[in-house]
Amino acid sequence: MTNRKPLKIAIASGKGGTGKTTLSTNLAAFIADQEEVALVDLDVEEPNSGLFFNGELFHEEENLKMIPKWNESKCTLCGICQKVCNFHAVIQLGPSIIVFPELCHSCYACSELCPVDALPMVSKKIGVLRDFKLNKLHFVESRLDIGEEQAVSTISKTKKYAEKNYGNAHITLFDSPPGTSCPVMEATKDADFVMLVTEPTPFGLHDLSLAVETMRALKKPFGVVVNRDGIGNNAVVEYCEKENIHLMARIPNSRKIAELYSSGKLIYREIPAVKMALQGILDYCLETVEGERK
Amino acid sequence: MKEIVIISGKGGTGKTSITAAFSVLGGQDVVVADCDVDAADMHLLMQPDFDFSEDFYSGETAYIDQSNCIRCGKCAEVCRFGAIQDKNKLFIVDPLSCEGCGYCARICPTNTIVNKERLAGKWFISNIKTGSIMVHARLGIGADNSGKLVAKVKDEAKEIALEERKDFILVDGSPGVGCPVVSSLSGANFVVLVTEPSVSGLHDLKRVYELVKKFNIKAGCIINKADINPVKCAEIKLFLEEEDILHLTDLPYDENFTNAMTEGLTIVEFDHGLLKALLTDSWEKIKQVVSSKK
Repeated sequence: MTNRKPLKIAIASGKGGTGKTTLSTNLAAFIADQEEVALVDLDVEEPNSGLFFNGELFHEEENLKMIPKWNESKCTLCGICQKVCNFHAVIQLGPSIIVFPELCHSCYACSELCPVDALPMVSKKIGVLRDFKLNKLHFVESRLDIGEEQAVSTISKTKKYAEKNYGNAHITLFDSPPGTSCPVMEATKDADFVMLVTEPTPFGLHDLSLAVETMRALKKPFGVVVNRDGIGNNAVVEYCEKENIHLMARIPNSRKIAELYSSGKLIYREIPAVKMALQGILDYCLETVEGERK
Repeated sequence: MKEIVIISGKGGTGKTSITAAFSVLGGQDVVVADCDVDAADMHLLMQPDFDFSEDFYSGETAYIDQSNCIRCGKCAEVCRFGAIQDKNKLFIVDPLSCEGCGYCARICPTNTIVNKERLAGKWFISNIKTGSIMVHARLGIGADNSGKLVAKVKDEAKEIALEERKDFILVDGSPGVGCPVVSSLSGANFVVLVTEPSVSGLHDLKRVYELVKKFNIKAGCIINKADINPVKCAEIKLFLEEEDILHLTDLPYDENFTNAMTEGLTIVEFDHGLLKALLTDSWEKIKQVVSSKK
């Protein structure tokens, strides 16, 4: 590896359950056999990557969001706060102001436009960030509290934490949430390269095409990994050929892999073909990003 | 009319395949709602005719009229989302970052910023091959507010079910534990949890069930690919017992799941053996539970 500039790779997929986390964890461990690497789990609603590592907890902090808190003694009940909140998170009910923290987007409008400072912003816990270490692997995850909705801001904060602490690692991997909506955009938007994981089925193809549209909208270099190759049909491979998308690897369907995964084991250590696939994927990512940077 | 929601927490456990199978088994008694709007796949199995479609608007995006802008920069100062960028004193809104709070428009001294409704996706009413109706949607790339689109799809399905005097609404729920799945669950009479015996499957099942408990909805569980890991499978069953969740059935690891999908068929149309028998039995159990008075 000649290019030592830090490299961020996001692992994403339109459809859930295609092997995104399997690939992230195996790739991270594979790189960590040789050098420092950071794996950041940005699937904050259902973070799973940590289940595959028995790391040592290195740091833990609360994820916070800012919400207004009503100061009754200062309030004149003028009603401006309710009027300026586009999310109906601040409501005037009789002689009191009620704040709905889950609806609040932390825009500060009510707080700063209040003429008498009766709605100062305070922090509220919405989840926990944890940072683990296992030899050369740094693993960072954020876990949103159940029923909390601020996935995007949590993803953004988690990325900032990783950047600050592990920005010097040659490679950082982002395990992204599934889908194509806001959280995925946030998780992938500053990656140098995006790996889209899919499976060769009609559902896999349909969701892959949505993910490809998203990556093209973001103007991201990306490649595809077909997981569970051998099931379904050839339509995903044909789609990639037609769309001129590089197929980085095809990981065979095997009951053995499913069993290893189900027990939380890393696959590449047991199956040499997977190890080779990981090397191929990594080489392609490095080459592509190097090419882009020239 | 009873509402049955199928969720899984973790992706790729077979949630949509199972929902589609139930809708075929339920036939004309069932209105189907695909609330997995971020990666909607069920239409691939149901032959929908897209009889009715409508744009879905949700939230707003700030828009700056450059001809009127005095370039004071106050908008960029108050924006907490970094959505207004100063490009040589030309202030430009990044629609992907804008959350539509409207703060900038309120403080703009020349009233040059307006909020425009945001196109978030499209929703459809279709006649499907079961002789019944399906309500489904497609979220726009990078769109926010999928929770609201989920609510829209469910409301429309409910209205149709009432009008047409259907017995059941079958909802393919959203993944995760955040806003969209909260929308999927609200108002449900019964929840079917689809899981698989893997470390991630169990982890996500526990997380999503925490949410179900908050709604106080009776739940049942299907363990898919049950034979892949007997130890994890036993752990799941123990959890179901502890939480008083009805164990509906165990499905074996079977490539007919994928083979059916590849043919554009549901499992119960493709497989006339064990899988069909087990799913038919589960569907009868579910009907019995939701129809019995508490």
